[in-house]
Amino acid sequence: MTLHQLSLTELKSLLDDGKVSARELTDHFLARIEKLDGELNSFITVTAEQARREADAADAARSQGKAGLLNGLPIAHKDIFCTDGVRTSCASRMLDNFISPYDATVVERMRNAGAVMLGKTNMDEFAMGSSNETSFYGPVKNPWDLSRVPGGSSGGSAAAIAGRLVPAATGTDTGGSIRQPAALNGITGLKPTYGSISRWGAVAFASSLDQAGPMAKTAADCALMLQTMVGHDIKDATSVDRPADNYLANLDKPLAGLTVGLPEEFFPATLDDRIATLAREAARELERQGAKVVSVSLPSIGLSVPAYYVIAPAEASSNMSRFDGVRYGYRCQDPVDLMDLYKRSRSEGFGAEVQRRILIGTYALSHGYYDAYYVRAQKVRRLVRDDFVRAFEKVDVILGPTTPELAFPLGAKKNAPLTMYMTDIFTIAANLAGLPALSMPAGMIDQLPVGVQLIGNYFREGQLLNVAHRYQQATDWHRQAPAFGGE
Amino acid sequence: MSAWETVIGLEIHVQLATKTKIFSGASTAFGAEPNSHASLIDLALPGTLPALNREAVNMAAKFGLAIGAEINRRSIFERKNYFYPDLPKGYQTTQLAEPIVGAGNFEIVLDDGSRKIVRIHHAHLEEDAGKSLHEDFHGMTGIDLNRAGTPLIEVVTEPDMRSAEEAVAFARALHSLVSAIGICDGDMSQGSLRFDVNISMRRKGEEKLGTRTETKNLNSFRFMEMAIRKEVERQIDILEDGGSIIQETRLFNGDTGESRSMRSKEDANDYRYFPCPDMLPVVLTEAQLVELKNSLPELPQQRQGRFIEQYGLSDYDARILSADLATSDYFEAVTKQSGDAKMAANWIMGELAAKLNAEEKTIADCPVSAAHLAELIARLKDNTISSKIAKQVFEGCWNGEGSPDQVIEARGLKQVSDTGELQKMVDQVIADNASQAQAYRDADEIKRTKMFGFFVGQAMKASRGKANPQQLNELLQKALNS
Repeated sequence: MTLHQLSLTELKSLLDDGKVSARELTDHFLARIEKLDGELNSFITVTAEQARREADAADAARSQGKAGLLNGLPIAHKDIFCTDGVRTSCASRMLDNFISPYDATVVERMRNAGAVMLGKTNMDEFAMGSSNETSFYGPVKNPWDLSRVPGGSSGGSAAAIAGRLVPAATGTDTGGSIRQPAALNGITGLKPTYGSISRWGAVAFASSLDQAGPMAKTAADCALMLQTMVGHDIKDATSVDRPADNYLANLDKPLAGLTVGLPEEFFPATLDDRIATLAREAARELERQGAKVVSVSLPSIGLSVPAYYVIAPAEASSNMSRFDGVRYGYRCQDPVDLMDLYKRSRSEGFGAEVQRRILIGTYALSHGYYDAYYVRAQKVRRLVRDDFVRAFEKVDVILGPTTPELAFPLGAKKNAPLTMYMTDIFTIAANLAGLPALSMPAGMIDQLPVGVQLIGNYFREGQLLNVAHRYQQATDWHRQAPAFGGE
Repeated sequence: MSAWETVIGLEIHVQLATKTKIFSGASTAFGAEPNSHASLIDLALPGTLPALNREAVNMAAKFGLAIGAEINRRSIFERKNYFYPDLPKGYQTTQLAEPIVGAGNFEIVLDDGSRKIVRIHHAHLEEDAGKSLHEDFHGMTGIDLNRAGTPLIEVVTEPDMRSAEEAVAFARALHSLVSAIGICDGDMSQGSLRFDVNISMRRKGEEKLGTRTETKNLNSFRFMEMAIRKEVERQIDILEDGGSIIQETRLFNGDTGESRSMRSKEDANDYRYFPCPDMLPVVLTEAQLVELKNSLPELPQQRQGRFIEQYGLSDYDARILSADLATSDYFEAVTKQSGDAKMAANWIMGELAAKLNAEEKTIADCPVSAAHLAELIARLKDNTISSKIAKQVFEGCWNGEGSPDQVIEARGLKQVSDTGELQKMVDQVIADNASQAQAYRDADEIKRTKMFGFFVGQAMKASRGKANPQQLNELLQKALNS
């Protein structure tokens, strides 16, 4: 089997056994990117020279017995993470010229563990989108069908992994931005508990919902990355100070005694039967391994999408204010005065979807509407959380489809934002509640991958990874590769 | 008597004396090269987040404890959204619905000795903005973010003040309190305290408040007083002409003494406040509050009371001498060493204050030490020198000529109390001014009193001011009346 078909965990074994060098791996994947990304458009910036230097340094460190957990493993970062000396664009014209002077905590931690960054992946502009079509650098294509979207907003990371251009990548998930593209590309992606991974250096979209996480071929790969990514950071006040879990040690734990809940609300009558069937089959596989499957109810879940589309744009409208053309980023030509500078820099620098959300959010926070929208949405958020708290008194893990539909054709929803927003219907609730949630490949429909979502209780990402790993030991959906790019 | 009553409420921005900013590790030092104290966070680079400086929280809580206000055990930072080039994030992180310090009372003493309670509505923590520099940039504006993120408390009073004097008395008392408890350096010239004044007028006896204006960013007591007087006049003129006051924000120019409208209520921003999702609620435990309370020094008000009680000072003297810690300490040292509080007070508030003012010095860099002033007072009391000579001795000490005893010795200023020596001087003066002496003797009692001063003056002159005045008087009386 060629190197790019292997999982991160398998590549780590090869490195540890001295069967391949970091430099060889890096060169191999850089060649893949060079050859294939013209079609996929999954990278905004490829840092080939820096990657080779980092790979050589990783090999040198290993020879001195100083190999970190991710030593020599090639990865990519979503272009939302600040990377010292490298453009950090957030796929926006606004930051097309922005070279970050510092590293995000996630970037720093992975670099310290020996990971080699190949480049920065494409995404929806400022992570606002579910199809990767809002990127200033053009849409990413789904490697399973180049006429379809890869999902978003971490669509570049997902497509690059599925297309075998990189074995693993980081993503961020505000309303499903790791899990939805993971599902549509047939890979595994985890959004950890809010607060478990530092947000320092991840450009903010909606601060109370944003959470970074790993994306890779398997649950074991995600565990390997997560082990490095998590940890308290004094630079992020919302980062949680708690002892580290050992995600890798518990991967193989048998599922006997586990209770899995299927919420009726995740299987509505309108759901594509084929998707519902695959999700139920995944539950049956867990049952076969000793888990008990029961029905649960999350009655407020239907309010998640409207609540999210008040809270997320409200926070975004404020978070986007720093992009004003004054200190960095895009500035319009020859402003006549301050107002002109603000208006044109922002009108020209932000794309349509970002502007739409700034307007929605500004409206929701306005005098006279604040109570009716923002305060009310926060109450709904509490109800959604309470639903999960009650459910987790009965079950350990909640299972359902990750997305209500398959990867859709490029352009299909571009002018229908509300239809686009509904694609996040199953993923948003975990963000509102701050819970960990994972998407794993669980079947194919029409040669397109389908994902199943597992939602766990607070700080139980270890359990989610364990369940997903056990599932992947018994199935091979995660081993399916698109024909794209050849063997 | 005016038919109008002035109603004043204040909002005071107090820069907290932390070493670093409220949300970043950058220094708060004043006067550095532009933007040399602007970190990634202060520049609001993408991806940066605030890390709360706990010292700022402690200082804000200390203020609340010092005025006996309610302290909210849990307070919330919110975002106040507006665009301005010196506001890098596009929002100010501040507190609104749940501020750290709740309601309290602040007692002030007016010049006539009367006391007044000004109610504090609340005080909240927030970050300062940067500065826009409009000079030297040829049609452009420069931005200096050194000040951006400096911690502030904004103290908001109820509209309890009724005159410029009351407002200034409050401002001075607040200034001395925040300096005394060490939460502010008190340097008004560097903007460490800035006052916004809300002013409205109503007919005497009326309960309902009139429409108010807000005059922003006054950074000296003098400007504050000027601005209030101007605004009160302006409002009365409008009201008496049958006009009405427009609710607006005004800017006062200290150089011209004029104010102008900055923006009216209609142009006011919708700040779209909402809780800052990057920050956790600020929690203060009972134990932390007890510790902070115990760390408070004696407050100016307490000290003022003690000075009245312990040293028998007047209200006025006690207030002046307790206003700042350096002055208080100086006064107490002089009193202790000289044993005379009244004389210590008079010298510090008289000769010393005049000299400090004239040379724009503070008591901290006063060239006359407390020990020297005490020695000077002791020499006055033991009649080594007269009060007139004492001023020369003080002058000598100020100029670094040594201790009072050294100055007296070096300049030969010791008072002449030797009766024989004085008698010789008196005889000489009368001999030199025989005609005046004769005129004196011929005059009636009333005229004599007037003429007596002439002889005292001559005799003093002859002694070069060193004659013991009391003895001199007696000897002259005797000589002239004989």
